[in-house]
Amino acid sequence: MLFFILKRLSQSILVMAIVSAVSFSLFNFVGDPVNNMVGQDATREQRVEIRQQLGLDDPVLTQYTRFLGNMLQGDFGLSYRIKRPVDELIFERLPATLELVFVSAIIALLVGITMGVYTGIRRKSWASRAILSISLVGVSLPTFIIGIALIYIFAVHLRWLPSSGRSGTVDLGWWKTSLLTVDGWRAIILPAITLSLFQLTLILRLVRAEMLEVMQTDFIKFARARGLSERAINFRHALRNTLVPVITIIGINIGGLIAFSVITETVFQWPGTGLMFIQAVDFVDVPIMAAYLVFVALLFVLINLVVDILYFVVDPRIRLGD
Amino acid sequence: MTDLLKIDGLDVEFPTRRGTVKAARGVSLTVSPGEVLGLVGESGAGKSTIGNAIIDLLEAPGRVSAGSILFEGEELRGRNEAEMRRIRGDRIGMIFQDPQTSLNPLMTVGAQLVETIEKTNDLSATKAEERAIELLEQVGITEAKARLQAYPHQFSGGMRQRVVIALALAGDPDLIIADEPTTALDVSIQAQILDLIKQLCRQRELGVIIVTHDIGVIANIADRVAVMYRGEVVETGDVAQILGAPEHEYTKSLIAAVPRADRKLDRFSSVDYIEGGTKPFQRIDIQTHWLGKSLHDRRSGAAIEVENLGLSFVLQKSVLKRNRKMLQAVDDVTFTVAEGETFGLVGESGSGKSTVARLIAGLYRPDAGNIRVIGQDVVSSPRSAAAREARRALQMIFQDPYSSLNSRMRVLDIVAEPIRFYKLTSSEAETRKIVGDLLDHVGLGAKAALRYPHEFSGGQRQRISIARALASRPRILICDEPTSALDVSVQATILNLLKDLQQELGLTMLFISHDLPVVRQMCDRIAVMRHGRICEVSETETLFSAPEHEYSRHLLDLMPRMDLLGSARA
Amino acid sequence: MQQDHPMTRWERFKDNDIVWSFLHSPGAIVAAAITSIAILACLFAPLIAPFDPFDPSQISLWDGKLPPAWIEGGQPQYLLGTDNQGRDMLSTILYGGRLSILVGLAAVCLGMVLGVTLGVISGYVGGVTDAVIMRIADVQLTIPGILLAILINGIGRAFLPLELRQEFAIYVVIFAIGLTDWPQFARVARGATMVEANKEYVQAARIIGLPGWRIMLRHILPNTLRPVLVIATIGLALAIIAEATLSFLGQGIPPTTPSLGTLIRVGNEYLFSGLWWITFFPAIALVVLVFAVNLLGDWMRDALNPKLR
Repeated sequence: MLFFILKRLSQSILVMAIVSAVSFSLFNFVGDPVNNMVGQDATREQRVEIRQQLGLDDPVLTQYTRFLGNMLQGDFGLSYRIKRPVDELIFERLPATLELVFVSAIIALLVGITMGVYTGIRRKSWASRAILSISLVGVSLPTFIIGIALIYIFAVHLRWLPSSGRSGTVDLGWWKTSLLTVDGWRAIILPAITLSLFQLTLILRLVRAEMLEVMQTDFIKFARARGLSERAINFRHALRNTLVPVITIIGINIGGLIAFSVITETVFQWPGTGLMFIQAVDFVDVPIMAAYLVFVALLFVLINLVVDILYFVVDPRIRLGD
Repeated sequence: MTDLLKIDGLDVEFPTRRGTVKAARGVSLTVSPGEVLGLVGESGAGKSTIGNAIIDLLEAPGRVSAGSILFEGEELRGRNEAEMRRIRGDRIGMIFQDPQTSLNPLMTVGAQLVETIEKTNDLSATKAEERAIELLEQVGITEAKARLQAYPHQFSGGMRQRVVIALALAGDPDLIIADEPTTALDVSIQAQILDLIKQLCRQRELGVIIVTHDIGVIANIADRVAVMYRGEVVETGDVAQILGAPEHEYTKSLIAAVPRADRKLDRFSSVDYIEGGTKPFQRIDIQTHWLGKSLHDRRSGAAIEVENLGLSFVLQKSVLKRNRKMLQAVDDVTFTVAEGETFGLVGESGSGKSTVARLIAGLYRPDAGNIRVIGQDVVSSPRSAAAREARRALQMIFQDPYSSLNSRMRVLDIVAEPIRFYKLTSSEAETRKIVGDLLDHVGLGAKAALRYPHEFSGGQRQRISIARALASRPRILICDEPTSALDVSVQATILNLLKDLQQELGLTMLFISHDLPVVRQMCDRIAVMRHGRICEVSETETLFSAPEHEYSRHLLDLMPRMDLLGSARA
Repeated sequence: MQQDHPMTRWERFKDNDIVWSFLHSPGAIVAAAITSIAILACLFAPLIAPFDPFDPSQISLWDGKLPPAWIEGGQPQYLLGTDNQGRDMLSTILYGGRLSILVGLAAVCLGMVLGVTLGVISGYVGGVTDAVIMRIADVQLTIPGILLAILINGIGRAFLPLELRQEFAIYVVIFAIGLTDWPQFARVARGATMVEANKEYVQAARIIGLPGWRIMLRHILPNTLRPVLVIATIGLALAIIAEATLSFLGQGIPPTTPSLGTLIRVGNEYLFSGLWWITFFPAIALVVLVFAVNLLGDWMRDALNPKLR
């Protein structure tokens, strides 16, 4: 067990090391940092001074160590474009993104798992076939098209909900939330549905596939032969065995939500970190790109760790060793 | 005595896209309380179908199309799902083949027992737990109370099968259907499980149906036997009569094909009733034929020399050496196989016998020791030309006929691969001619060359494997359980073919098997292996008449009681 | 199955379970039909399209923002209307779809070749090689594809001098998507390889003395293609979506030679002013295309998984 945790932990550290190396090389190799700092028309002397200030003439390894040190303190320097500390910018926009991802994840998990179980159990029913066909359309709909469609229907045509932005926020001092007011909910509901739809269909289809797979196993057949009730077989035996692979995918899917929040935020002009990242890419604003990368990788690593711990809870074969 | 179960004229069909397959035709059987009925037949005979049909768990799209199933005087056909559920577990219990997969891996054994007991007996939770402990004790599990909290993966295979039996007994059924209950288990555990089933049957006045392909199991446990062939029951009778004086032609050839443990015969009895399609062994003039070319540089001496061979596998990785769990798969193994000899390696699963074969074949690298093939060291410099040349003289026949052929290649390309790769012929036309000869030689006919492996049965595939091995013009043939995946009748024909080839080509053979009667028929000398070590090496007849090592005696004792067979063949 | 004559290739083809399942699955036939029509229509866009949207002499700003032909104000020669610059929507969609399909195919091929090669080697050779390749794949898989594609794409563009960015945008996009795709292929190919490598026919080939590359190429590769094909089909749908997404975000194909995603991006700006057709038709084209490919992949996955049949 200790070995298992250590292995996962070392893998996480490896991921972070590689990601930090990538974001470090972003700083060094993408564009000319000096140009980005002072603009094209600075004098030669100014450039030399800035190079020395930034330590750009030091050996690469020294620079990397310094970068790592700064990174661990959350210091990614100043944004080239906005000229403000990057960590400050990220923390400002973090609540918007996390709330969006949170609401989407709840929708995707609740609806996805319920429907997946239903279609897995009632394989032949009319409703299952309908859900399954619709879900295939769902997998084929790019997130941004869902967003545009929802905006057109609910904001432009019906005028029920706002088309963009994050209104009705309440400042809790350390966190600006939109989950406490009706306005806030009205603003978040369209982006959240948009973001969740794709992952929802993926989860649905996966849970169904896993249910069908488990239903083929010998122990289900043996449970049937013992005359256990349909409910006991479906939920106590089949669903629990489905959970192990499903948990993995749910971890990946929450990662997917964070990634696709970039697109959703762009469509809805939602003031989160994703929108900031896309704008940074447009202007090659390296400090923000690098920080976002490290930040997202950190989130993923944390999610994967939670997933591993869940494995432990669910599967005695891992918990107790073989 | 009244019948517990009476099946009359049962038909089971499986509609497929190539037409309806009748898995059972007009099957009639009876089982009385306290009686073990053996339902025996080879693969595809429809024996498992009968068991599934009784409790209405046929795999889709199978269905019972005619006949009646009377259980304690009541008709079971046409019951709805809710009624069947009350019969399953409560009145008819089922035991499946593989204890590894029969239990839910995520629930404790106790929870699975309690759940079943509660369903069938309507007891309170504490009462149900007491009953669970009782059941586990009855099937011979010690410290039952503590074991309730354990998960299936914490039990050994034999123990798991005991848990499965306890689960089948939980509803206090009157009939138990056991579908190949010991096939996935080692011989020594097999005997214990069969004893347990027999004892439960007598104590509780249970009716038991044992579905099996293994005549040994039947001889050990059954009171009466029904023999199935292609969906029909061809013969029913008392166990002594079926094994000792079979009447139906099929039963006769089936019994004749069972390898004898009591004495060595020259050849296995031929079983024309079953594999009628196979052509007889075709003699070719080995002195002039391509296949005989390797014979000319023959020396007498040792074909395989193995010295202090050792190999261990890592079971559990760890950074720290002391935390690593290692399995010593092969431990200080030494033996020599003389040219032209058939040398047997026997042992239970996990004894390391297959690993030794793979070490000699060069599929694994040993940690310790040395291997010489025809005098050539193949361990210290495995990539040298001499070592490769020596290895080419050594070919292997594998256990599983379904995975040992590449399903994407034609038989021609499979057999011709070594010929083409080593350019053993001067032209493609010659290669094709030789492949045709080889296929003729192993009894398949040259026309087989243009087909794909999936068009052949298990026995025929094994013949293709043999042809492929011969195409390298080997001097040594390693046979790793070559017939253990085959039906007993097919086994006899393949073993006869191997014997013929060996005689004709003067092959040296290393024969690996867990099946002592087969080994007795095939081998000149035998090494008995256990836990990666060799217990003893003896002449075959010495081993069977006067085994030296304690473990050899134990293995011999476990051999199925076949004395019933004697009269039929004497 | 014991005929005297071996079956001909065609008989064997028809007898094949997968072909049989295809011929008996209406969804799969429809999907295959839509996919092939879409691919053909797009590939032959220059022959089919009524206008050449890249030929300035055929475009007139006077014809801009015309609605589809069946709506009042529409003109018969512009069946699906025109965009803000007066280009015929039908023609731009055909040309755009062509670009989307080509980029998708190229990206999937890149990912597949890279992934399958590495996966088969990883699975067959094992040991340190396997560990290194799979760790890299694992690390990459922790980061969702689309994010990585945006990043690779962004970096790729940053490296190019400004004047070349438009010209090379399409290759950068292919590279970005292909490079994010490979771990999927590598994982599947490695898994299949490990299953196959343990099978006895591979051991038999080793005992015959065949060299590793020959075993991988002749024995293992053909036997891993089924699962790879499923992944490739689903991967094609995902790659088309990824390209569209990148272009929609303004990170992909530039508006001068628009793909479907670019068209939707451009049209989106006119959505609020009621010019819905500039967004609607490219979006429908994209969704139908992706849906057909997904339907095909879905059927294939079921057909190739014998357990569920």
